[in-house]
Formats: sequence, structure tokens, C-alpha cells
Amino acid sequence: MFSQLDWHVKSGELWQIKGDNGAGKTSLMRAIAGLAPQSLEGRLSVLADFLFLGHKAGIKSDFTAIENLRLHLGDAQNGDERQLNDALATVGLADYRDEYAYRLSAGQQRRIALARLFLVDAPLWLLDEPLTAIDVDGVAIIEACIDRQVRNGGSVIYTSHQPLKLQLSTSTLHLRGKGQSPYVS
Amino acid sequence: MYRSVFGKVLVRQLLLAFRRPAAVLNPLFFYGVVVLLMPLGLGPQQSVLSQFAPGLLWITALLAGLLSAETIFRGDYDDGALEQLLVSGESLYLASLGYVVAHWCLTGLPLALFSPAFGQLLSLPDEGLGTLAVSLALGTLVLSAFGCVGAALTMALRRGGMLLSLLILPLEVPVLILGAGVVERAVNGMPVDSLISILGGLSLLALALTPLAIGSSIKISLEV
Amino acid sequence: MAWTWFHRLGSSPWIYRFSGQLLRYLLPLAIVLVVAGSVWGLAFTPPDFRQGNSYRIIYIHVPVSVVSLAGYYVMAIAGAISLIWRLKVADMAMRVAAPIGAAMTFLALLTGAVWGKPTWGTYWVWDARITSMVVLLFLYLGVFALYEAYDNKALASKACAILSLVGTVNIPIIYKSVDWWYSLHQPASIKFTGGSTIDPSMFYPLLLMIVAVYCLYTCLLLMGLRLTLLETEAKTAWVKKEILGES
Repeated sequence: MFSQLDWHVKSGELWQIKGDNGAGKTSLMRAIAGLAPQSLEGRLSVLADFLFLGHKAGIKSDFTAIENLRLHLGDAQNGDERQLNDALATVGLADYRDEYAYRLSAGQQRRIALARLFLVDAPLWLLDEPLTAIDVDGVAIIEACIDRQVRNGGSVIYTSHQPLKLQLSTSTLHLRGKGQSPYVS
Repeated sequence: MYRSVFGKVLVRQLLLAFRRPAAVLNPLFFYGVVVLLMPLGLGPQQSVLSQFAPGLLWITALLAGLLSAETIFRGDYDDGALEQLLVSGESLYLASLGYVVAHWCLTGLPLALFSPAFGQLLSLPDEGLGTLAVSLALGTLVLSAFGCVGAALTMALRRGGMLLSLLILPLEVPVLILGAGVVERAVNGMPVDSLISILGGLSLLALALTPLAIGSSIKISLEV
Repeated sequence: MAWTWFHRLGSSPWIYRFSGQLLRYLLPLAIVLVVAGSVWGLAFTPPDFRQGNSYRIIYIHVPVSVVSLAGYYVMAIAGAISLIWRLKVADMAMRVAAPIGAAMTFLALLTGAVWGKPTWGTYWVWDARITSMVVLLFLYLGVFALYEAYDNKALASKACAILSLVGTVNIPIIYKSVDWWYSLHQPASIKFTGGSTIDPSMFYPLLLMIVAVYCLYTCLLLMGLRLTLLETEAKTAWVKKEILGES
């Protein structure tokens, strides 16, 4: 996909990965998350606990919003019921707590996945296209989320086709496709 | 709330199934339909049916397990839940065990519970009914375990269905032989304890070892 | 000492040359053994008092049956090594072992059927050993089909390694259960000539043929391995040097 990448992410840093379609953004994200060790030659060490939000968010349409948080297969440290409710309220789904996910819109389902950002205490966030299907209010929620995470000393790596409005210094990793080495700005 | 990932997967799978109750009944319906085909294909004579009943009932259980296996990981693969499971660093061994046990609860166990009724339909002598239920309850654990292995290996493939049967049916030969054999012995009034123990041993072996293969296969399938 | 070996096993040119050296001796040996064993078995052993000359097919049937079972273990062990130590050679060995083993199994079934016609009056009998062989063939075919189904061949190898390991644990259970099944349903008229009743004059050539087919199997495996090595590393310098001659 791409070659020669020497890249370090420290805590408190915000990174955006940019590149055309097929440049390897998602592959890189998945490799960092440990989902594609085969496709990677070289050394990759992820020293922090992390949270991964991919294209597919793991939302079950036959579960209610709250059940989707409660029975989520990912995070080891599930919050108690009150924390789950708070997280749903923060992403604006308080009224839809017991609604089946198949009755919710794509954007609302995506918000359930976003609610996990408030439940897991991970120093590193990997957000692959977090804005997909999200409306303006939702974008604001994500921006606030990322802001809080970075200010608290955590780091965020994200990919996005839409620009995020953030009051933080963002570093960018440009992937340039086949055979070309990426550069940082 | 659910301390181990085993419990979480189990509760999740069961809850998902019961949200669509028809899906829980599907294996039973399938079993019933196939049993209906037997007298139509073999003729209605009780002597013929009762002679073949142990084998037929067991082969049908194999097919029921096979058909339901394809969907074990389908949903969780498509919507990204498996990805989240792998990323979380939870024990894949325990999660896989959860999938196996959940599949058994949803197919093997109900089949075993209702099998005496199906046995009656095929004129299985009364002496064999209890043994049929017990052998199915134990043997279908092995079927669920192999079903999960096959499903984990093929979930990322477009044409998984036929392939799945080629992968797991040969592995299930011992269970079929033992299961049908033990019922036949019961019908003939011979002791069955030792064979039931062997079936139990096989299911424990399958429960202990297959989660290793299932876990590794999940990892492979997520890379595709 | 052990580690230098391990290092060498990771080096494709070394394996290519070493297997070439090995084949230089092993291949003629295999051919001589196969010819000698066949001639001895087919021409210089006494006819069986019950089966006449038709029994002579055991000089092919038994060796390929034995090797086809061993071949599954070779495949599974190679797969396990490639899974655990990520050794490329082991991965290739597994891929090469699958078709050879499947071919041997098929040959065993075919010769068994040919043998069955004069002996039992039918090409096919659900005898315990034949049935086990059929299951083995399907285990091989499963590995085959799985490999073909994956687009990403690196992942395909891993998946096949897992499947063949599952099969390996299961094979003894399958064989035992099929034996038991046959004893349960055995028709009284058919009895297999057990190994203990075979006359030494027939047994020694059989032993020779088993050794010969093992040698042949090893040769085929090595040749396949060399071919796969060249194929996968076609663009490297050592292959060009090897193929286009010294320079």
C-alpha cells in the first residue's frame, strides 16, 4: 500500500491521517488497532490502551440503545447503569434509551457508537471516519469529545473527509499511495 | 455486570435470538420437515422406519447443526462487533467458548429435548427414546464446536455455505457413528453407559480444544 | 547449533540448494526402490492361495494408503510450524503436501476399488479401511477448497493450517470410530487378510514398497517445494542467478 513510514505518536497529540481513496488510511488504522498484522512489514508498537471506532460500529439492530452499550463486546471496563445513561444523554439519545436500534436512523446508530467515547478511559483513540452519517449537532459533540480527550493528555488519531473545527494544533500524516513514502506536516 | 467475556457473549447471543423467536424455532421446524420426508422417501412401513430411525435422526441433527452454523458469526462480522471484540483484548478463547455454548443452547439442546417426539414419528422403539435424547444432548455439543470452527474459517468468504459442509461434516463422522450406534444398542437392549461416557468425553475434548481454533480463525477472518 | 539451523531454514537459497543436493541422491534411490519392489512383488512372490494373482495390487495399495495418512500429518505439522514460528518454508511445505497427499489418497481408493472387483465381486464395499480413506480424502479436499476460497493467500495458508490441525486431532478418533462402526455392522462373509497372516515371502517386498513410496513422497514434496520457492521468489536475485546460470 505505502512504504517507509517512521511515525511516533505521543500522548496529548492530535493526528489526522490524510490521503486519497485507496492510499491506505483505513489499513493503517486497522494495523494500529491490531486487526491486520499480516499486511504490515516492520515493527509497530502500541504502548497504550486504545479505543477503536471503525467504519462498522458494532451496533446490533435488535438491541435497544442502552443494551448496545451494556452488551457491547469491546470495552472491558463497562460503566454502571448511571454512566451508561449519562453517556446516551451526552450524545443526545436520552429519549431513545429503550428504543430498538433498527428504529433509529443511521446517524442515531452512529451516535450510540460515539457514546462509547464517554465510557472508556483509553489514552489513545483511533477514529476512522467518525463523522460518517452524523449531522451538525453530532459533529459538535465529536469535536467536544476530541477536545476534552486531548486536553486531558490523551491522544487521538482520526481520518475524515470533512474538516473538524478544533481549537487544537493538529499534526497531519499524508499518505500518498502506492510505493511513495508518507510525509508529516 | 457480566464479568467474563464468556458470559457476555452467551447472554448477547441468547438475547439476540430471543428477540426473533421464530429463529429459535427454525432448527426444530427444519428437523420436523426432514423427519416428514423420511416416510415419504422410505415408505410408511413401521419396521423399515424403526430400523433406520437411529441413523436418520442423527443425520438430521448433523444437517440442522450445519445449516445453523453458517449464521453464527455472520451478524457480528458484518456489523463490526467481532472487530470490537478483538480490539478489546478480551480472551478470544472464552469468547469462542461462549459462541459454542450459545449455539448449542439454541440448536442442540432444543433438538435433544424434542427428539423423543421425533423418534415416535419414525417408530423408534420406546427403549431408544431416552438414549436418543441424552446422546443428542452430548453429541450436539461437538457439532456446535465444529460448526463454530467452520463458521469462523468461512465467515469472510462470499461463498461460504457449501464450503462449510465440506469442512465440518467429515470431522463429525465419529459423533454420527457413536450417536447412531448408541441409540441402536439401546433399542436392542444392550448397555449404553460406556458409549455415552465416550460421547461425553468427546464433547469435553471439543469444548476444550476447538475454542483455540475458533479464536485464531476469527483473527484471520477479520484480516480479509 | 540449533539456531544456525533455524536461521538456514529461513533462507530460501540455502533450502533450494540443500534440497537439490538431497534430491540428487534421493530421487534415483526412490526410483530404484520402486522398480525393485514392484518387480519383486509382481513377479517373484508366490500367488495367494485364495486370491490368486489379484492380491498383488497390495504392493501399491498398502504403501499409498500408509503414506496418504502420514501425508496428512506432514501437512498439519508443517502448518503448525508456519503458524507458530512463521517459517515461510513450512508454509510452502504445507501447501505442497496437500495435493500430493490427496492424490495418494485417491490412488489408495482407486487401487482398493480395482482390487475389490475380483475379491468381493464389486468395486465398492463399505469396509472400515476404505471408509476411513474416504473420510481422509474429504479432509484433504476441505483443506484444498478452503485454500482456493481465500483471495489473500497468506491468510489462506493460515486458515488451512488451523483446519488441518483440527483434522489431525480428529483423525485417530475417526479411525477408531469407523473401526467400531464396522465391527458393529460387519457382514460375516467379508474378512480382511490381517497383517499377521501374511507370509514373509509376500511381506518383505511389501515392506520394501512402503519404504520406496515414502522415498517417492519425500522426493515429490521436495520437488514441489523447490518449484514453489522459485515461483514465489521469482523476482529475487538468487533465483535469476540459479536459473540463468552462474555469473
